[in-house]
Amino acid sequence: MVTNATSLGRSGLFDWLVQRFSALVLLAWIAWVGIGIASAPEFGYPQWRALFAATPLQIFSLIAVLSLCAHAWVGMWTVTTDYLNEAHLGRAGTAIRLLIQAVCLLLTLACLLWGARIFWGSG
Amino acid sequence: MSQVLVSIYRYNPELDSKPRMQSLEVDVPGDRDLMVLDVLELAKAKDPSITYRRSCREGVCGSDGMNINGVNGLACITPLSKAAGPARKLVLRPLPGLPVVRDLVVDLSQFYEQFEKIKPWLINDEPPPAIERLQSPEERAKLDGLYECILCACCTTSCPSFWWNPDKFVGPAGLLQSYRFLADSRDAATTERLAELDDPFSVFRCRGIMNCVSVCPKGLNPTRAIGKIRNMLVEQGT
Repeated sequence: MVTNATSLGRSGLFDWLVQRFSALVLLAWIAWVGIGIASAPEFGYPQWRALFAATPLQIFSLIAVLSLCAHAWVGMWTVTTDYLNEAHLGRAGTAIRLLIQAVCLLLTLACLLWGARIFWGSG
Repeated sequence: MSQVLVSIYRYNPELDSKPRMQSLEVDVPGDRDLMVLDVLELAKAKDPSITYRRSCREGVCGSDGMNINGVNGLACITPLSKAAGPARKLVLRPLPGLPVVRDLVVDLSQFYEQFEKIKPWLINDEPPPAIERLQSPEERAKLDGLYECILCACCTTSCPSFWWNPDKFVGPAGLLQSYRFLADSRDAATTERLAELDDPFSVFRCRGIMNCVSVCPKGLNPTRAIGKIRNMLVEQGT
């Protein structure tokens, strides 16, 4: 078995399931919001606020943000382990991969917290 | 007689600083189709230093896997007419992604190491019966499309996931053989075999692009086998 400390769940099956499940969640969120927009006779800022004021969509939106973060991490981790390695970049490959992975992780966490603030914040 | 322009990858790592392509014009009979290997033999008659592997010349030994006009295949069973088309030009390169030993000969060590990893033998510690371990016709039929692999490496070396991670991703040939033993009713190590594969690389680096399926000279389908391994992992691991 090939071990890896930076993959999301350490298990190939777990990461694979997370990527597929999160994709379905995102699809459902897009459909929900899309139908919400399309079904309103007139759509502007007040309707947008009203749509997201409903608790079920607030909860589902946070789940969607979590799904987006998990999906992005599995995808970016795959890209970095494919292309940012010693075979492509020479001896600096591992350092560059870890650096990019760290940047991706920070951006993902920032996205998660920002999303939580938007959907659950007071403003 | 008609002429075919053959462009051959030439590289001797001990002497050359970098690879080059050598062009040769080869006379081939106009009244019948040749296989790419026949054309290569004619080219070698002109320049005996051209190096390649070949043995059975009938698609059984898997020695002469190479990249023919951009597509991996066995030179001995690839017709010139199909490979070169009306342009009558043949470009021969070694299988991609592996170190070149010389010209069209590649070092298959990484390919074999991945094959060894999946334990390509029957594991069953129960005392063997007096004659043989029997299978029903239905159980035996599950091995069709799996056991025919000749390990020519055409599939694995056409797979970008293997190019990027040849030390971690088992590759289509190895995974086809892995499923051949997972599907075998006589094998008793299914759980252990699956546990060895449940990491982020060995199986799951397959992105399903099916290059392996399109190049397999035996018409096998490693992507389907990988899908079945994945289903078995889902059944066992969730």
